[in-house]
Amino acid sequence: MTAAPTPWAEAPDSNVAPVLEVEDLCVTFRTESGTVSAVDHVRLSLGQGEIVGVVGESGCGKSVTAMSLAGLLPGSAEVTGSVRLRGTDLVGAPEAVLRKVRGQEIAYIFQEPMTSLNPVLTVGRQIAEVLQVHEKISGKDARRRAVELLSLVGIPSPEKRVDNYPHQLSGGMRQRVMIAMAVACGPKVLVADEPTTALDVTVQAGILQVLRDLRDRLGTSILIITHDLGVIADVADRVVVMYAGRVVEHAGVRDLFARPRHHYTAGLLSASPTPGRHAGTDRLEEIPGLVPVLSTQPDACTFADRCPAADRTCRNAAPPLDTVVTRIGVDSNDHVAACWHPVETARTQPEETKA
Amino acid sequence: MSEQPYALELENLAMHFGMVRAVDDVSLTIRKGQVLALVGESGSGKSTVGKCIVRLVEPTAGTVRIAGTDVTHLSRGELRKHRSDVSIVFQDPAGSLDPRMLVGDIVGEPLRLSRERVSRRDRDARVTEELGRVGLRPEVARRYAHELSGGQRQRVSIARALISRPALLIADEPTSALDVSVQAAVLNLLADLQRDMEFACLFITHDLSAVEYLADDIAVMYLGQLVEKGSRKRIFDRPAHPYTQALLAAAPVADPVRQRQREPVLLGDDLPSALDPPSGCRFRTRCPLAFDRCATEVPAHIDIGDGNAACHLVHPDGRRPDVRRPEDREALA
Repeated sequence: MTAAPTPWAEAPDSNVAPVLEVEDLCVTFRTESGTVSAVDHVRLSLGQGEIVGVVGESGCGKSVTAMSLAGLLPGSAEVTGSVRLRGTDLVGAPEAVLRKVRGQEIAYIFQEPMTSLNPVLTVGRQIAEVLQVHEKISGKDARRRAVELLSLVGIPSPEKRVDNYPHQLSGGMRQRVMIAMAVACGPKVLVADEPTTALDVTVQAGILQVLRDLRDRLGTSILIITHDLGVIADVADRVVVMYAGRVVEHAGVRDLFARPRHHYTAGLLSASPTPGRHAGTDRLEEIPGLVPVLSTQPDACTFADRCPAADRTCRNAAPPLDTVVTRIGVDSNDHVAACWHPVETARTQPEETKA
Repeated sequence: MSEQPYALELENLAMHFGMVRAVDDVSLTIRKGQVLALVGESGSGKSTVGKCIVRLVEPTAGTVRIAGTDVTHLSRGELRKHRSDVSIVFQDPAGSLDPRMLVGDIVGEPLRLSRERVSRRDRDARVTEELGRVGLRPEVARRYAHELSGGQRQRVSIARALISRPALLIADEPTSALDVSVQAAVLNLLADLQRDMEFACLFITHDLSAVEYLADDIAVMYLGQLVEKGSRKRIFDRPAHPYTQALLAAAPVADPVRQRQREPVLLGDDLPSALDPPSGCRFRTRCPLAFDRCATEVPAHIDIGDGNAACHLVHPDGRRPDVRRPEDREALA
């Protein structure tokens, strides 16, 4: 162990207010066939320089949560609750405020970089455009900054690449350009919604490294949305697990993987193919049943129909997120889960007993 | 015929779309009842290999033999006689199941088109049996594919593929569009069916971790060519080709403690185009170990006892490069 940075970020100082604080966030969509409750009383926070992962399967509400933060949802969405970004509440904020905040305070990258880039403009022009919207800056300076930003996100020979069109770049390069555009104005918060899902694994590793570098070098706080537990295991400091619109568990990354308390989290971990984990068996564990699509959130545990431990209590009352609070894990954060009958036994030995 | 041991033999298979050399000189075999995982990233040509085998695209050169029969140049009519020897399951069941047909008719269609005369009643019975085998209730036969979940639709595709009892099943990314929890169930189902029915399987995937429980052997493709073959155990324990090593290292492990102790391998992300593949070794533009010979000489497939690898740094005596240790290259070059 030489000068390599510790892979475990320090827990944010509890005396310092989080950069982003989400409370009681609810999102419902009005559709032709009735309302759909996509997000139900979601609570999460993001500290300075922290990487928080939001994980869940399709339809769990993770992307809707991400989009709602800076008011990116369409008009058919009704958003309530609060999203405080360095003290400013963004829910219901006027468009002028949101426009100022986007890019400068909070920025996004999405799954598919090709559809977010303009095919007829060079990447240098597109990055410069972002800078010129937010700052009084000459074209020459903007171009110089664009080259710097391309270099920051690890694009080789940036002074040449700045004149490339998106189609001249590989998928991984395009995603790096998207990251360069997102961080151009130095946002405090970067929301990365499935940033590597469309990429090959050998390219994914490089993109995750860029995100880590941004955090280490610029102190950017990152909210990463993904379905991939491997990505979470690689980059996140804390993890928020979502199921059917609700947060079901929230813990430091080591505690979550070593001792999941919610049965959904435990099931998800057992179902993921992981070399070596299922030693002695030749099967993956399955979670029976399907994710429900909810028109209204019931006063019950939404996982009850698929849960091995469910009983009448679970079907008659929704467990609040602080039903289970543990402070005995390796990580310094609280470990909370919304479950009436939490998983008791540790799935694997906690880390401190090893080596 | 039953003497011959292979469900599938590919010899020097090539498929060129105009200038694009999607598949070049691919040779591999699958023994009856065995599972071979064909692993590669986007643009590697792995799906094109699958489509060549069922002649959804016509190979440019080479030979495809299924259960001993050369099907490479059979006419459409002759091919139909052999249709029941091989079936294919695709990644996206929503796109491969006819939305206007009832599930029962979709599953029974291979029997209707086969040359054996099967009565409507026998067909319905076989459909019910086949649905049961993949874990679906008989009532599903009277529904449309869009009424089912993604996992159920993939079960329908599997039932349809297996109703004619093929010697070979081609599964092209069958679980990649599914959520983790559903993917586990479909992988388990495929493993169970394969054990019970003993068909051979070409499992095409980008995800090495998905085949850890399923594959007997693994073949790795890069930019249209095979770079390494071997038993599953050998590929996971002692990968020889730098690309295979990078692929294994890059897939994150769902365990934060182990994942963060691993030494990363970062390849450049500028993938070359199949339109103009690099000279010599096609992986050399991204390989941390590349040296001058890699640009001038196409590496041969070196036999390493358990399979082979196409790299100038791999030796028949078992010495192999380590993609994380470029400094050790001199000793192997």
